[in-house]
Amino acid sequence: MRFIDEYRDAAAVQQFARALTALVTRPWTIMEVCGGQTHAIIKFGVDELLPREVTLVHGPGCPVCVTPVEIIDQAIAIASLPHVIFCSFGDMLRVPGTQKDLFSVKAAGGDVRMVYSPLDAVNLARAHPERQVVFFAVGFETTAPANAMAVARARRLGLKNFSVLVSHVLVPPAMEAILSSPSNRVQGFLAAGHVCAVMGYHEYPPLAAKYRVPIVVTGFEPLDIMQGIFMCVKQLEEGRHEVENQYARSVRYEGNRPAQQLMQEVFEVVPRQWRGIGEIPRSGLGLRAEYQEFDAARRFGVTYLAAAESPECISGLVLQGVRKPSECPAFGTRCTPEHPLGATMVSSEGACAAYYRYRRPARPAAPSPSP
Amino acid sequence: MNAPQDFALQCPVPLRDYPQVLLAHGGGGRLSHQLIESLFLPAFKNPALDARHDGAVVEIGGLRLAFSTDSYVVRPLFFPGGDIGSLAVHGTVNDLAMCGARPLYLSVAAILEEGVPMETLRRVVASMQHAAARAGVQLVTGDTKVVDRGKGDGIYLNTAGIGILEHGRRIAPASVQPGDTILLNGDLGRHGMAIMAVREGLSFESAIESDSAPLAALVMALLEADIDVHCLRDLTRGGLASALIEIAEAVRRDMLIEEAAIPVREDVRAACEILGFDPLYVANEGRLAVFVPEAQAERALAIMRRAPGGEGSCRIGQVLDSRDGLLKLRSRIGALRIVDMLSGEQLPRIC
Repeated sequence: MRFIDEYRDAAAVQQFARALTALVTRPWTIMEVCGGQTHAIIKFGVDELLPREVTLVHGPGCPVCVTPVEIIDQAIAIASLPHVIFCSFGDMLRVPGTQKDLFSVKAAGGDVRMVYSPLDAVNLARAHPERQVVFFAVGFETTAPANAMAVARARRLGLKNFSVLVSHVLVPPAMEAILSSPSNRVQGFLAAGHVCAVMGYHEYPPLAAKYRVPIVVTGFEPLDIMQGIFMCVKQLEEGRHEVENQYARSVRYEGNRPAQQLMQEVFEVVPRQWRGIGEIPRSGLGLRAEYQEFDAARRFGVTYLAAAESPECISGLVLQGVRKPSECPAFGTRCTPEHPLGATMVSSEGACAAYYRYRRPARPAAPSPSP
Repeated sequence: MNAPQDFALQCPVPLRDYPQVLLAHGGGGRLSHQLIESLFLPAFKNPALDARHDGAVVEIGGLRLAFSTDSYVVRPLFFPGGDIGSLAVHGTVNDLAMCGARPLYLSVAAILEEGVPMETLRRVVASMQHAAARAGVQLVTGDTKVVDRGKGDGIYLNTAGIGILEHGRRIAPASVQPGDTILLNGDLGRHGMAIMAVREGLSFESAIESDSAPLAALVMALLEADIDVHCLRDLTRGGLASALIEIAEAVRRDMLIEEAAIPVREDVRAACEILGFDPLYVANEGRLAVFVPEAQAERALAIMRRAPGGEGSCRIGQVLDSRDGLLKLRSRIGALRIVDMLSGEQLPRIC
């Protein structure tokens, strides 16, 4: 397949791995921000080909994992109402709230539907004027433009039976939260390629400069990831901390301007709770005042719900790269994909699920990085 | 009559965690597996069921017969490359063939929803007739029920079948040996993606057609050439991965498959990439895995390639000496990983 096979070429990946081994002189810890990258790393075994000195830690970039449990509970409450058609992307359906998940709501008779695009939900609202159609608008900067478009279209169509339950999150504030934490161990970042395809990478140079970390915009294929790690380690070895673009075939500095404009028209930057991490200022998107009529949480009066996480779950630490999934005492025993304690075990892109699914034993740790 | 024993007491899986049946219990993954292992098997325990095969092999009057049943609730009823009628024939024919049996007779039970156009039913029946003739089986008994409008999905079909074993071999997971070569008869994932594309209204550049086909002729060709077939498994729900994991777990043998050797058509691979699916887990309806001794692998491959539906046959891996019961995969970039059973069906991911 063109533009896929080239980036899964075993010889090219292994050549980069050898070059990396020749380059590295000391231990480094690098975070891949995006859950899609985590999944690809484990699925293809990229980490197995790395020299011992390079440790990858997994970032908060899985939208399913970081959606707060309160919002999942709100979704469950709305989806359980008899006159509601609740639409969601597929992988949100299995995420546990405090009591149950959306699949259980469906099994109990709720009209929960999996859609591939928020515009499918708008079409459902047009087709069923007698029902309330709610779309679960979650995700990073990647899904926000299409979700914004759905809201804008619903307003243009004058739909009174369409609303969105919004829980959008933004990547750069989460990276800053990790870097500013006293327990931070991340020395370099692979930034999420598709987020940058929308937003560009003009937000990253101030971060790289302030925290003196290299940031490499990286794609999702094994060769992309290996090359991204190589570029990151090369900067670390040379004492540089710049923003570089490994994913130039998809990402431009300024990003996708029309998509950004659409997002800005419908959404505004708000503080946002991250599941397992807590509130991060200016890290999410909420509906602007002129679009409040499409806010499902208000329309159905579920904003009061508060929820508690399982006290045993360490997904917050996993999402910040502080702990590995296999370091959790509940991993694979009290916490499995069938009975998850937290979202990192249930999402297809969650770090814990990836570790469980490929059942990989922890690699011997490299010596600790010098301070 | 004695009350049934409360077998839930010895149940390894806490079924109380699922007060209701979920879709995932029918998805062919870990939850389906647990439902069978913890609910059905303990209730009906007997040697034929314990063989954990696609059909049961039973002996009646000195004859070895294979017996199998399956239900079809596919939506839509007609899809590129097939329909519910031909699928219902192929499915049971293939289950019998996986026992090493020559399929002979099928039953069909139709559950029809009030209001289904008669023309639709006629097309489905014609398709069953055609598929049965192609597979060399006869539909000899049946049943029809009609349910109220809204209580069914148009047409549900159940087929059961009987076939005869004309050899003395025991073709079953228990016969798998270390060193066996694993052969596959063609590319993966077409049925699942064809259904997904029409069901969800996804338009890909090319129409993906289901691989639905009868496999009995291919299996008979192997057996008539005296290939020492150890195990056969058709790769339906849950795909290649679930089928091989089930066998690996049942016989507690590790297996190693080579990702680069497993054929997936370009349009199927592209569709999977877009949705975040892994073709290893996507359903097929005309594909099987064949376990043969390494010494006979080349000859078996040549026979499969000449048989109908076997043109794309290839070797994809082998059974190892180690006994953890794991399916391992050498990835395209040369790293080893474990392939695990899915919890439920694959879900399209957000981004």
